Amino acid sequence: MSDFNTAPLPERMIMAPHASALGLTLVSIEKGRGVMAAPWREELVGDPETDVIASGVVTALIDHTCGLAINSAIGEPMPIATLDLRIDYLRPAAPRTGVTAEAHAYRLTRTVGFVRAEAWDVDRGDLVATAQAAFMLNTRAQPLKA
Amino acid sequence: MEDTAIRSLDGFLQQVPYVRFLGMRVELAGDEMTAVLPFRETLIGNPILPALHGGVIGAFMELTALAQLSLAAPGRRVPKTIDITIEYLRSGRAQDTYARAILRKVGRRVANVQVEAWQDSRSQPIAGLTGHFLMRNEEP
Repeated sequence: MSDFNTAPLPERMIMAPHASALGLTLVSIEKGRGVMAAPWREELVGDPETDVIASGVVTALIDHTCGLAINSAIGEPMPIATLDLRIDYLRPAAPRTGVTAEAHAYRLTRTVGFVRAEAWDVDRGDLVATAQAAFMLNTRAQPLKA
Repeated sequence: MEDTAIRSLDGFLQQVPYVRFLGMRVELAGDEMTAVLPFRETLIGNPILPALHGGVIGAFMELTALAQLSLAAPGRRVPKTIDITIEYLRSGRAQDTYARAILRKVGRRVANVQVEAWQDSRSQPIAGLTGHFLMRNEEP
């Protein structure tokens, strides 16, 4: 993980140890927006009776994708920290199905970034979760070396 | 602590694959439950700091709420999470994390739960969670 510091943002998002443990994949990235996916795996099941992916995986996916959106909005590598994260679980994901999340960093100040996110399983229009988050920016007061 | 409650908690911990994936376990002192998340490299979100992934801390607190509910309402299916609000107070460092849940209200349909997570000192929590959970009857 020695080159984590210098890796471009898309690679860094996948290299984070927990992202890699979950098998997160980067779907798309543009300024202020990002889409990532968590594929279904047996060990990520939260309800053994239905084989539905755990809501905790959706939480981690959304948190990670919000971080991606903030980082892409800032445009330079910078340490950030989640301040708060609110998630509504609208419905369970379909059995044995992964989840995709899109996050939009819609407002950045010098110190705080505000993000909205949505997650779905099969159909982008049929959501499993919505989220709202705030991040502290530049938590080390210095940008990381690019 | 009644046997049925402990069996219910054991069932939750052993049957939910994602609990094992994170490596979470619990310690019981009577009816007081402390959830433990032993540190693992795979729980790291930022390897430079290093810090636990915020999603891991959130998921751990949510599972703590569900575990506490499985003790309080044994024999029922795992409740469904309706919503959670997570407040991050301090960076989670590369070490073991603990959490306790307070059941503010367990109704017939909805439970209101608060969870706090800490590492070195319980008086310096790293995060808190407030959540609503849908209680479910036995049939799917």
